[in-house]
Amino acid sequence: MTERNAIEARNVVKAFGQGDSAVRALDDVSVEIREGEFFTLLGPSGCGKTTLLRLIAGFEMPTEGVILLDGQDITYLPPNRRPVNTVFQSYALFPHLTVAQNIAFGLEMQGKPAAEVRARTDEMLALVKLETMANRKTSQLSGGQQQRVALARALAPQPKVLLLDEPLSALDLKLRQAMQIELKRLQVETGITFVFVTHDQEEALTMSDRIGVMSNGKLQQVGTAKEIYTRPKNRFVASFIGETNFLTAEAEGGKVRLGSGDVVNFDAPAKGTVTLTVRPEQLRLGPADEAGAIAATISNLVYFGTDTHVHLELADKTELVARVQSPATGDAGFERGGKVGLRFAPGALQIVGD
Amino acid sequence: MSPAEEAQIKQSARNGWLLSLPAIVVLTIAASGPLLIILLYSFLEGGTHGNVVWSFSTEGWSSILWTKDIFTDSYVWADAHLAIFWRSVKLSLMTTLITFVVGFPTAWFIATRPPKARAFWLFLITIPFWTNLLIRTYAINEVIRVEGVLNLALMQLGIIAEPLRLIYTDTAIFIGMAYVYLPLMVLPLFAAIDRFDMRLLEASYDLYASRWHILRKVILPIVKPGIIAGSILVFVPSLGAYVTPRVLGGGKQMMIGNLIELQFGQGKNWPLGAALSLTLLLIVTVALLYYVRVANGEKKHG
Ligand SMILES: Nc1ncnc2c1ncn2[C@@H]1O[C@H](COP(=O)(O)OP(=O)(O)O)[C@@H](O)[C@H]1O
Ligand SMILES: [Mg+2]
Repeated sequence: MTERNAIEARNVVKAFGQGDSAVRALDDVSVEIREGEFFTLLGPSGCGKTTLLRLIAGFEMPTEGVILLDGQDITYLPPNRRPVNTVFQSYALFPHLTVAQNIAFGLEMQGKPAAEVRARTDEMLALVKLETMANRKTSQLSGGQQQRVALARALAPQPKVLLLDEPLSALDLKLRQAMQIELKRLQVETGITFVFVTHDQEEALTMSDRIGVMSNGKLQQVGTAKEIYTRPKNRFVASFIGETNFLTAEAEGGKVRLGSGDVVNFDAPAKGTVTLTVRPEQLRLGPADEAGAIAATISNLVYFGTDTHVHLELADKTELVARVQSPATGDAGFERGGKVGLRFAPGALQIVGD
Repeated sequence: MSPAEEAQIKQSARNGWLLSLPAIVVLTIAASGPLLIILLYSFLEGGTHGNVVWSFSTEGWSSILWTKDIFTDSYVWADAHLAIFWRSVKLSLMTTLITFVVGFPTAWFIATRPPKARAFWLFLITIPFWTNLLIRTYAINEVIRVEGVLNLALMQLGIIAEPLRLIYTDTAIFIGMAYVYLPLMVLPLFAAIDRFDMRLLEASYDLYASRWHILRKVILPIVKPGIIAGSILVFVPSLGAYVTPRVLGGGKQMMIGNLIELQFGQGKNWPLGAALSLTLLLIVTVALLYYVRVANGEKKHG
């Protein structure tokens, strides 16, 4: 990975329709995607991920803003003149061609010499482990195999950037997990910049070098999985990635006063009302009479195998969930209605914007 | 399986065969019967007032290609027949081609409309079927004849000074057949394009294909079954066309269909008419075999 940008979007707006009924699918999106990285666009359905991908591929033109590839303005370049290839959600394999012919298609259209086309196709077949399927029709393949053909076809012309629009969503869980590893391997092996779209936060966290979280046509936050998980910028990011608790508090210089009246040490830069977030696994539960702990009542217990979710209620009825690792006996020693003392792990509290 | 069950299955298999008997009888009588009669007639001697005389003769077949010169008693090439065959094949091929060239964009247009509009356009395509072929052909006659709508309009607009002499030419027959058979091309093409996955267009465009390549390498190969069906539906009836060349060719510019009719009517040469009919059948069969071979062969090597 280098610090050069493969793709850069600057203040991109995409509106569908005219006047009042116009939908702003993308609302002033700026993002820099670095050369050689696995970049994931993560967000709920309808947030504009596909639209951004289609703008990079060239299928749509932005209403405002520019898109750069390797520093060159490609905003209005047609798709067949961009060194960018797409793996479509539906795969969109050519039904009249064999696996090998599908993979060779892009190279042939580029006018590559026959020998090179053949060599590259064989290389791709080996890369996705489909050598034995070369002469099959694509309709004779399983979903996972079709997926690999789509990947090989898009990788064969050695694009600068590979775009993948929810490529794994049609596969069942087992296959999806295998393909996640496979995709990551392909990206590392080829060194090609991947822009991957998903609405599945786990997929995003496990595969990506960096993640761009989107909602409502806006890019909410860009960062590594760790950055986004541990320091979410706003309420949306905090709640969309992983599970979290929100607390409203008054910042009072060096500490915060929770709604329940409890005071916790926290170096808030601002004064006034703030929203705090804390992950369930960062809550520590101890005896109710522990000095300095926040008094809480257990309102519910949900056993998940590896851990137990302890639903807590503070004095002011604020609800929190703590995730406690299950001990070997399986019994964490809590019971509904019981009183506990609650503490936050150091650095676990974060201020988030709205 | 018990013997009783086995017997029952055998019984029902026999019944199944019995059930298809009506179809077999109809097919035998309706398809093979007339054909056999025609075949028989083509090898008999012609009667003086039509009909046939029951004695074997190959005169019917030989007179397709050769005519007996009554003065020198020698055989000469039947130029007229050959010209008619050539005209039939040429006009049918041209009709197939033009209906494809016009029909493909039409079918594409319809298939890419929203579902409701699609039904409307398809409905428009089928409207010509509501009137009799003869009436439609006379309507074309009315449009293209010397004092017809087309010539009047063109002269009014000052585009031409003299009326175009289209009527009773090969061009007139061609225009008529293209008009009459266009829907037969559009409908199967529409069915094929309707099944075409439009997302493949973006996939091809993404993989560096030009518009021409997308048409040539993706669209046409995938909708080929529709092209084959449409071409057969247009070419076969074109080759045997009777009404259109009759009305628009004025009896002079004959096609095979008219020649056959002539032999059974005024010509009073039933064996020749029968032989001509079988020749037409032969041309169609050979053309179809060749066409399907070429169409499929391309797939294997392409
Ligand atoms: N061609 C289009 N015409 C009108 N609206 C569209 C079009 N494409 C996308 N949209 C709208 O833009 C928004 C974003 O869509 P999309 O980018 O597909 O979201 P995502 O891929 O994140 O699910 C949605 O509200 C969608 O309805
Ligand atoms: Mg999408």
